[in-house]
Amino acid sequence: MNNKTALAKTKMLKPQTKKSFTTYIMVTVVFVIMMILSSTGNVSSQIDGLLVPLCVYSILAVSLNLTVGILGELSLGQAGFMCVGAYASALFSIATKETILVEWVRFPLAILVGGIFAAIFGILIGIPVLRLNGDYLAIVTLAFGEIIKNVFAALYVGIDSKGLHIALNQADMNLEADGTEIIRGALGVKGVPNDSSFVVGFILLLITLIISYNYINSRTGRAVKAIRDNSIATESVGLNITKYKLITFALTAFLAGIAGALYSHNYSTLQASKFDYNLSILILVFVVLGGIGNIRGSVIAAIILTLIPELLRSINSYRMLIYSIVLIVMMILTSNEKARTFIVTNFGKLKGMVLKIFKRKDTAEKEVK
Amino acid sequence: MGFLNNLINGISLGSIYAVIALGYTLVYGIAKMLNFAHGDVIMVGGYVIFYSMTSFSINPYLSVLIAVIVCTVLGIVIEKIAYKPLRQATSLSVLITAIGVSYFLQNSALLLFGEKPVNFTSVVNVPSISLFDGQVVITGEAIVAIVVSILIVIGLSLFINKTKSGRAMLAVSEDKDAAQLMGININRTISLTFAIGSGLAAIAGALLCSAYPTLQNTTGAMPGIKAFVAAVFGGIGSVPGAMIGGILIGVIEILGRAYISPQLSDAIVFAVLILVLIIKPTGILGKKVREKV
Repeated sequence: MNNKTALAKTKMLKPQTKKSFTTYIMVTVVFVIMMILSSTGNVSSQIDGLLVPLCVYSILAVSLNLTVGILGELSLGQAGFMCVGAYASALFSIATKETILVEWVRFPLAILVGGIFAAIFGILIGIPVLRLNGDYLAIVTLAFGEIIKNVFAALYVGIDSKGLHIALNQADMNLEADGTEIIRGALGVKGVPNDSSFVVGFILLLITLIISYNYINSRTGRAVKAIRDNSIATESVGLNITKYKLITFALTAFLAGIAGALYSHNYSTLQASKFDYNLSILILVFVVLGGIGNIRGSVIAAIILTLIPELLRSINSYRMLIYSIVLIVMMILTSNEKARTFIVTNFGKLKGMVLKIFKRKDTAEKEVK
Repeated sequence: MGFLNNLINGISLGSIYAVIALGYTLVYGIAKMLNFAHGDVIMVGGYVIFYSMTSFSINPYLSVLIAVIVCTVLGIVIEKIAYKPLRQATSLSVLITAIGVSYFLQNSALLLFGEKPVNFTSVVNVPSISLFDGQVVITGEAIVAIVVSILIVIGLSLFINKTKSGRAMLAVSEDKDAAQLMGININRTISLTFAIGSGLAAIAGALLCSAYPTLQNTTGAMPGIKAFVAAVFGGIGSVPGAMIGGILIGVIEILGRAYISPQLSDAIVFAVLILVLIIKPTGILGKKVREKV
């Protein structure tokens, strides 16, 4: 009786609600298991060091999936937005180190600052970029990512009694004797407080997931999906394409900025060279392997692809090669008509066989009863 | 005189970009895809020349020929394995595949040839020219790059406009389905395009590594992207456009490095791309294509 009402209740839930809650529960279960394991000392220091990066990568993958999967445009500038978030939050934390002493007030503010700055960059970049589409959009986001990285790597910022000094090399800064250098060009930022932890990472990942799922199923999200499937038809219905594209782009940038803040507060030094094109591609690999448009898949792929090479040191040197093969094979399997029919028919058979076996078990059990 | 030297360096680098950009422009015009792996074919060409010169001590010019053959075959193989199954797929899938191929070439090279850059010996033995009592020096590499790129552009224009296969390429770029109805073999034409583009990439590899003699697995990536910028700047799909765009990008890069900031020269080139796409997305010599329902 009880079972039946529960069943009826789950049937009443919308499929997308069910999907999102499964994901939340999945992530929470993994988090609790990892917390228990690490608090009882069952986790090697190697894995322990990976916990925060895992959250960072998952957030990045989910946020990129909003642009690639929901909007249907390829953005190769994810690392650039992350870089903006990382720098902005790191500078905020350093600047307020003395004024805001409580870590749990300062760090959320820093994260918010990182996200907002990244979102501003996303909008600024999005306005010219989103007039384009397809290959051009991809190459321009790549270009913006590289510009952001190069500018941060060439930037020197210092502060002294006269105020802020910004220059393109160390000598031009003209700092007073009491001044401190904040950004030192390619050497980056030093002395970022180590505020990140697995708990914070988990909370941010959960927030990211909640935002993403609600966004996809909202009115705006449906409009964005309509643009993906046929932009001309969407425009003719009277929807403002640029607006919806821009919102998605800004949201992707905001979440990438949050990931950047989490990343920068996990290490005490921060260098712009870390946020290169390869990082953007790595995130893209997560999205592609997890399934374009599949939020849960992105998280799973990010976790698996980060853990496996670390656990199996022997394949570590082949890691990048495997990633590239993943990209090619996944695309051919999902986009080629022949390959797709082959998979559907054969996996269909396999699924049928598995179901038959289970059914037999069921009937056998019933007979016993 | 410093300015003149920089200008000459810019034109010579730009000529190399032009040769790379031709490969992009041809493939984009005909297969309607951005071949991200094009830059990495340059790197493969460079390594082929390097090893045939050092390990087998083959004559430099013969080595370049071997590299052209290897890269041509490589281009055709890449097209057959990775791009052909995706003819009907969305541009997003094709682009991701192309990025995958680019990454595959880079990391295969990393595993095969190691991380350490090798010192490339120039394949050019043309003496350099000194002007104004040695104040302006034009290196042999620069002369060869400029002359070779001009010859390639002229040759390619003649090939496209005068030969039967060349006109088939034009027809396919205009309208694939109509071309097929006229009896043009689409697959063969696309293969031919990739073959020509990759062969040119090998020549570009020889020129690039002779002028900038460090060779490693990522050597081709940045010049490849910049050459794409050049192709867009000149108007994608246009052969003379690639030449003009290439030289402009080369000059902008070298002048930016000399007069603005050495670290920001890449950023300046990308800023040019963004400006071009905002102001005139079809580039200098490109045609405007209207989107139809």
